Amino acid sequence: MSLTADQVRWVAHLSRLKLSEAEVAQMTPQLASIVGYVDQLQKINTEGVKPLYHALEQVNVFRPDALGTSLSPEEALANAPERLGNFFQVPAVLD
Amino acid sequence: MSSPLAERPVRELKGLLDSGAITSETLVIDCLVHISQRNPAIHAFLRVNPEAALAQAKAIDLKRKTGQAIGLLSGIPIALKDNICTKGLTTTCSSKILEHFIPPYNATVVEKIISADGIPIGKTNLDEFAMGSSTENSAFGSTRNPWDLDRIPGGSSGGSAAAVAGSLVPLALGSDTGGSIRQPASFCGINGLKPSYGRVSRYGLVAFSSSLDQIGPFSNDLFGTALLLQAIAGHDSKDTTSINQSVPTYLEELDQPIPSLRIGIAKEFFATGLDSEVEKAIQDALMVFKSLGAKVVDVSLPHSPHAIATYYLVATAEASSNLARFDGMHYGHRSKEKSSLIDTYCNSRGEGFGPEVKRRIMLGTYALSSGYIDAYYAKALGVRRLILNDFNNAFETCDVIIGPTAPTAAFKWGEKSSDPLAMYLSDIYTIGCNLAGIAGISIPCGFTTKGLPIGLQLQSASLTESKLLRAARMFENITPWHTKRSPTFS
Repeated sequence: MSLTADQVRWVAHLSRLKLSEAEVAQMTPQLASIVGYVDQLQKINTEGVKPLYHALEQVNVFRPDALGTSLSPEEALANAPERLGNFFQVPAVLD
Repeated sequence: MSSPLAERPVRELKGLLDSGAITSETLVIDCLVHISQRNPAIHAFLRVNPEAALAQAKAIDLKRKTGQAIGLLSGIPIALKDNICTKGLTTTCSSKILEHFIPPYNATVVEKIISADGIPIGKTNLDEFAMGSSTENSAFGSTRNPWDLDRIPGGSSGGSAAAVAGSLVPLALGSDTGGSIRQPASFCGINGLKPSYGRVSRYGLVAFSSSLDQIGPFSNDLFGTALLLQAIAGHDSKDTTSINQSVPTYLEELDQPIPSLRIGIAKEFFATGLDSEVEKAIQDALMVFKSLGAKVVDVSLPHSPHAIATYYLVATAEASSNLARFDGMHYGHRSKEKSSLIDTYCNSRGEGFGPEVKRRIMLGTYALSSGYIDAYYAKALGVRRLILNDFNNAFETCDVIIGPTAPTAAFKWGEKSSDPLAMYLSDIYTIGCNLAGIAGISIPCGFTTKGLPIGLQLQSASLTESKLLRAARMFENITPWHTKRSPTFS
């Protein structure tokens, strides 16, 4: 199937990626060719086949609800792009 | 110029260290010297950590001198792919978005290496976030193949493979999501093992595709491969996908040949696109196994031609979710443009990610988006089950499946970088192993007429690494390929 530049812009928005118009122009045919390639799967009958999310089919791994060591605030904040005291500083979430 | 100690087989190096013939400090210094001489041409390392490595080597030497017990890794320096977190040492994933990221903790494999007296000596180059097959997608420059500097080393663990192949270090760790250890091992003429899914903890490995990623060793001999696997394998409560089963004694079992070994040959691994010289080398390897008394069995993997299509839906879907964490809020690059929260996300990610990562996030988002998820992601999960069933059926009649690791030898720098789909197709023989969660290894098995290494891939059922290594060792024991070193620096 073909993919339009508008679809690429919409997917970029969903992906939270700012793309330049040059990137959109380059990526549209590249993604269209990959999507065209993966379309081969449509021919395979998977009726009644249980989806395989994971090669290990273990579920519900629990650990004891016990206190452990954790990072100090200094360590946790060491890579923060911006900080204010012991907080990560971010752009306003609400207007 | 003296030849590097790291040129010697790991088996010999460990013997020299254990007997006291050389010190760990001597070996570390020798590696640092050869890194400084050779790395400018190969660009395998992004950064080295000489002070910490030398301090650790001296401490291990002191333990040895005073008669204390030394860990399994005997003071051998080890290179780490730069998507493995190292406490206090920058870990970039070869991405601008993590250019200045300093992890506050070590990955479990790093802790295990240190506690076994292995020495993390530096961080190696990769395709950004392990997305690629050539190490050309690094934000910090590409890595070159030590056998031919005009060619790529493979990827995504190209830096680790080139570091071992160029004798800069004896051992390295990589990660393999669709072939990222085995394909560069093949292109660089060394061993590269992808353990079974769940065998090695991924805690501290920056996630790309969580149902596929696995950490594994590179070495110039299978002794080193078994040694490093022995040190890093095992259950980890910090990784809920790690398997809680005891670890076999790989190293002790390595030299025991498998009586009446059954070799599976799948016709799907000898399809169109396979280079004739590669095919000849694989056929020759098969003769070697026959000469050892192995029985050859035809097996069928009918869904394997669809592995790449399945992979590029599953892996990208998971990547689009995993990489959502890079939003410029808690760590990593934040755009300097003052704007709203959403625009800050978009700008930070738009500025920080390179083109291949953007493409894969986009493809994964598309595959998961409303209206397309059933046709793409859900469909791929069904085909993934069929691929696993094929392997399960095959392993009922054989111990290991052998075939080529890659359809060709190393290609030229820039040859495929403008065509993403052509690049993806170079992983055709390695991807099924990740989708099924089984074990796979690439070992050297010959050279093309141009002198480029060719890799033989062996695959075995989940958690049968010991069998896989023993079968590979039977081949290594009577062939010369693993002893060859790149002539580039001699």
